[in-house]
Amino acid sequence: MIEVENLTKYYGPRRAINNLTFQIAQGEVVGFLGPNGAGKSTTMDILSCILPASSGTARIQGYDIFEQSLEIRKIIGYLPETPPLYPDMSVRDYLMFAAQVRGLAGKQTGTAVERVIEKCSLKDVGHRIIGRLSKGYQQRVGLAQAMVHDPDILILDEPTIGLDPIQIIEIRKLIQELASSHTIILSSHILPEITQICQRVIIINEGEIAAVDSLEGLTASLRKSERLSLTVRNRDDGIEEKLNSLSQVLSVLPGEKNQFLVECELNSNLQDEFARLALENQWGLVEITPISMTLEDVFLKLTIEEKDVKA
Amino acid sequence: MRNAWIIAKRDLGSFFNSPIFYVVTTVFLILYSFIFFNILNFFSFQSLQAGQLQSMGMNMNLNEMVIEPSLQNMSVVLLMIIPVITMRSFADEKKMKTFRLLLSSPVPLREIVFGKFLACMIVVTVMILISSYSVGSLFLLGEPEPGPIFTGYLGVLLMAGCYVSVGVFASSLTDNQIVAAVLTFGFSLFMWVIGWGAQAVGATTGQILQFLSIVDHLDRFLKGMIDTSDLVYYLSFILLSLFLCHRVLDSNRWR
Repeated sequence: MIEVENLTKYYGPRRAINNLTFQIAQGEVVGFLGPNGAGKSTTMDILSCILPASSGTARIQGYDIFEQSLEIRKIIGYLPETPPLYPDMSVRDYLMFAAQVRGLAGKQTGTAVERVIEKCSLKDVGHRIIGRLSKGYQQRVGLAQAMVHDPDILILDEPTIGLDPIQIIEIRKLIQELASSHTIILSSHILPEITQICQRVIIINEGEIAAVDSLEGLTASLRKSERLSLTVRNRDDGIEEKLNSLSQVLSVLPGEKNQFLVECELNSNLQDEFARLALENQWGLVEITPISMTLEDVFLKLTIEEKDVKA
Repeated sequence: MRNAWIIAKRDLGSFFNSPIFYVVTTVFLILYSFIFFNILNFFSFQSLQAGQLQSMGMNMNLNEMVIEPSLQNMSVVLLMIIPVITMRSFADEKKMKTFRLLLSSPVPLREIVFGKFLACMIVVTVMILISSYSVGSLFLLGEPEPGPIFTGYLGVLLMAGCYVSVGVFASSLTDNQIVAAVLTFGFSLFMWVIGWGAQAVGATTGQILQFLSIVDHLDRFLKGMIDTSDLVYYLSFILLSLFLCHRVLDSNRWR
């Protein structure tokens, strides 16, 4: 259980996060979403007791992040944006060190290290020097480091950044496996990632929470309209006008070439109407496709609307 | 202190895995050996002359004429070598972002600081131990007195401890290793020559400056004396530097 209350952090005069308040339940997988510089990493640094907050508090499993930070550090595994790897160490030595520094001792250390090596598929590179590994392997070593002491809570800052698509899928799978037994906070500015892994999203923009909701909730609450894409062969100026004349059409955006993006009221099912118009006027219908609103749109909408209000 | 040892052990591993340790030790040994053999050569030349003039023979003393100046010179070489050993301590951790691993681990900051100090101290001790072949060889050639040798080495180690603590502190101030090394060298050298200012100022201030000088406290150790005030000076110097280092690292988090 993580409870964050009015968390604020200043770097000198610059405010990085402002009044963040949210809760994360045991076993939940939550995504922090926001553009670069939104305050995701700062929030994660504070939760993992690396930085103190300027004001506000947070409690993790009942421990206060400021007063009982040593207790919290035992139950948290943190993978910062740049994995904290010593390039001159071998993978196994490094993980041994990470385990010991996290308080494991004696036989425990060896078993814990073997367990994460197995889990993160690092068996083939166990003896290799970290500095010579590929970025994908390094990221996995970083992840292994965060979970070597089997923490209740995993905080992962952009775990798939800089990886190639295959590596991204592997890391994602690994995180999904971990999700069953851990509380995970994950940050990203890549939306599909969040959609696939997280149950709940916290959207942060300019240091403030823009929205907290489940994925479905977010998309549903922001979907006031739906979009259809219409492509024709013979473009002429009358098309836009004719489309606009339909009562349920809200707006028509001419797209590239012979494409039109038509925004219309929810559940208006205008496909038939479009087809009829196209036939009557001999536009040469090529395609009608509904465009569902992605999290990407939600995100853009939230972060941009926010700016409009401020400006 | 278990955590400090874990951290020191890792640092030692990276010292012995990188060329730094070997290069630094080689340079140190060559410089020191050259100085030592020149001093020894001068001594043997003198004793040859003394042999011809019977009356001078009484004053020839291995401890005073070979070991004492050798150790004194060793402390100068250490002054130049130690900044290179300590510069990585925190600067590298900060640059490589590995410091976050330590900060997010359940290890109190003071143990991290002490671990870093310990690692550098062990490296320096190993270097000094290797170099002690020189003084050891004197036991084959003559009969030096072991007492002052022991206290002399103790003094050199304590003095090296001061340099190391300054180095670890300087390394906490920056993420640039060269800046850390220059700061360490500059401050250590300043503490070395601070006594020279004694003549320029009044009697009381002069005495204080003299007392602050890092090298003045070594003399009595080399002569075979363990004076409590020297011991207190060195130990409090080390503790103060490490304390400042701790404060700097702690306050860095607040900025």
